[in-house]
Amino acid sequence: MTIRRLLIANRGEIACRIIRTCRRLGIETVLAVSEADTASRAAREADATVVIGPAASAESYLNVGKVVAAAQSVEADAIHPGYGFLSENAALAEAADAAGVIFIGATAEQLRGLGDKLSARQLALDAGLPVVPGKASDDPDDVMAFAESEGTPILLKAVAGGGGKGIYRIDSPAEVGPQLSMAQAEAKAAFGDGSVYVEKFIESGRHIEVQVLGDGKRAIHLGERDCSVQRRYQKLIEEAPAPGLDATLRDELRAAAATFAETIGYRGAGTVEYLVDEQAGEFYFLEMNARIQVEHPVTEMLTGIDLVEQQIAVAEGRPLVFSQDDIRLNGHAIECRLNAESPDKGFMPSPGTIRRARFPAGAGIRVDSFAQAGAVIPPNYDSLVAKLIVHAPNREDAVVAMRSALARCRIEGIATNVALHLELLDDPSFATGGVDTRFLDRFLARREAA
Amino acid sequence: MNLTNDDVVEILKLLDESPYDELDLTTSRFRLRLSRGEDGWTEESVIGDADLPQSDAAQPVGATADAKQSEPGLYDLYPPLPGTFYRAPKPGADPFVEVGDAVSEDSTVGIVETMKLMNSVPAGVNGTVVAILAENGSMVETGQPIMQIRLDDA
Repeated sequence: MTIRRLLIANRGEIACRIIRTCRRLGIETVLAVSEADTASRAAREADATVVIGPAASAESYLNVGKVVAAAQSVEADAIHPGYGFLSENAALAEAADAAGVIFIGATAEQLRGLGDKLSARQLALDAGLPVVPGKASDDPDDVMAFAESEGTPILLKAVAGGGGKGIYRIDSPAEVGPQLSMAQAEAKAAFGDGSVYVEKFIESGRHIEVQVLGDGKRAIHLGERDCSVQRRYQKLIEEAPAPGLDATLRDELRAAAATFAETIGYRGAGTVEYLVDEQAGEFYFLEMNARIQVEHPVTEMLTGIDLVEQQIAVAEGRPLVFSQDDIRLNGHAIECRLNAESPDKGFMPSPGTIRRARFPAGAGIRVDSFAQAGAVIPPNYDSLVAKLIVHAPNREDAVVAMRSALARCRIEGIATNVALHLELLDDPSFATGGVDTRFLDRFLARREAA
Repeated sequence: MNLTNDDVVEILKLLDESPYDELDLTTSRFRLRLSRGEDGWTEESVIGDADLPQSDAAQPVGATADAKQSEPGLYDLYPPLPGTFYRAPKPGADPFVEVGDAVSEDSTVGIVETMKLMNSVPAGVNGTVVAILAENGSMVETGQPIMQIRLDDA
């Protein structure tokens, strides 16, 4: 079935991004907006808008009933959920199905299987992927035995937790008893489920993820991205390919991701996330994100492939047009996330109205943003204002190009982290490449001390 | 805007060779403003394709109202950021403060959730809470007081 009218159930830069591809493909776009976004750039660029609720996400972007009702009311053929919000919500996938509207994303079963950390781990193990040594357990003796055989520190994680929450660290076997009871009680209180599982704590590593594309029968990978520059599990800078990564390890983790996606009959665009322990020469499956990700442009720059277009094609029931051999990864790409926040004031968020929005332009530069002079950054949603992406023949040139691109940004009226990005690019470790996930914390600690 | 990134790159290739440093192109479908500086080309856009804002002068960012006194001895507490105001540390927990409670400069009297982050609101002064002006879970703006505190020395 050909999708002719698409309801976009998201906002900000990703809504603009999806509209861009739809415009090129001749697909009519209807944007679902909350009352806070009726005058947004995406609202003006879409062919039509439909207000689905007040500013509060729970009553608009996170409301399955309202999103599906909106799709039906405008007679949309499909819903694109973007990232975040309901993009990995099985209830939306099912409700859309029941209403005869195509959900652009994985199947409800896949969303459930991959959304539950334990079942995702099991799926990965079944597909032959290495996972961080761990097991589900509610028995202190069992956990103690694990701590003794794997060594400490170990992590206790709430099975129903997510978003970096419900994680407890144990530094010695003696702590197991009391910490386990506390973790179970807190998990029950916070998530309604006291089940925990225990995992070996990998001190440091690189966060390397692989983009995959599946049509339900076949799956391929589109290379990896290195997202190790993070603060509190929030990515700040992403790049592709992963600098200095051992070629054998790289080929293995790419292939494993494609195999995993194909084994589970994955449908759509997804990302397999790994923790890579370079010293040990190991990589471990962390989770799979069954949606398009914020940092997807980096992969698009290297491959020349439009991932949103591919998502739509798969959703229409068309088989992948690419074989693995068709995928070419050219050059190097870096993405910097520009957020409305003040790094100098403890990363205090900076909602408000943009007075001026000037971005770099030219070959090898891509800006995904909804920012314009007059645009309002509401306090109700996340702080991402723009993604600045550069592409060059090699990493050194890409870093130089990014410095020049950042220097040309002028965003006034709100605070942004542009200056911090410039400092990060000048850091010798970043310039060398291959930093681990603790790099940014160390950088910020030094910066604060100075 | 109806131009793709590739369209803009194509236009820039033409402009690059030209002696021009600025382009302001308006059509029925879009307005495109490109400018050449020392570091290269930039693109600037305004909502509704309006003219560029005049002044380049730095503007106060997210200006918050200064502490005002509605009457001597009474302090109006404004939220540090716009967002959702919560009176308690978690849903179901007791509120940080009630009317009649004593507070000091560092006492936390509430939380404002902005862009998914929780920001504590300190009282900022020593005194007694006499009025709570914002409801739990309501949206608050920086220009609107959320509490009134009678100062200790008053």
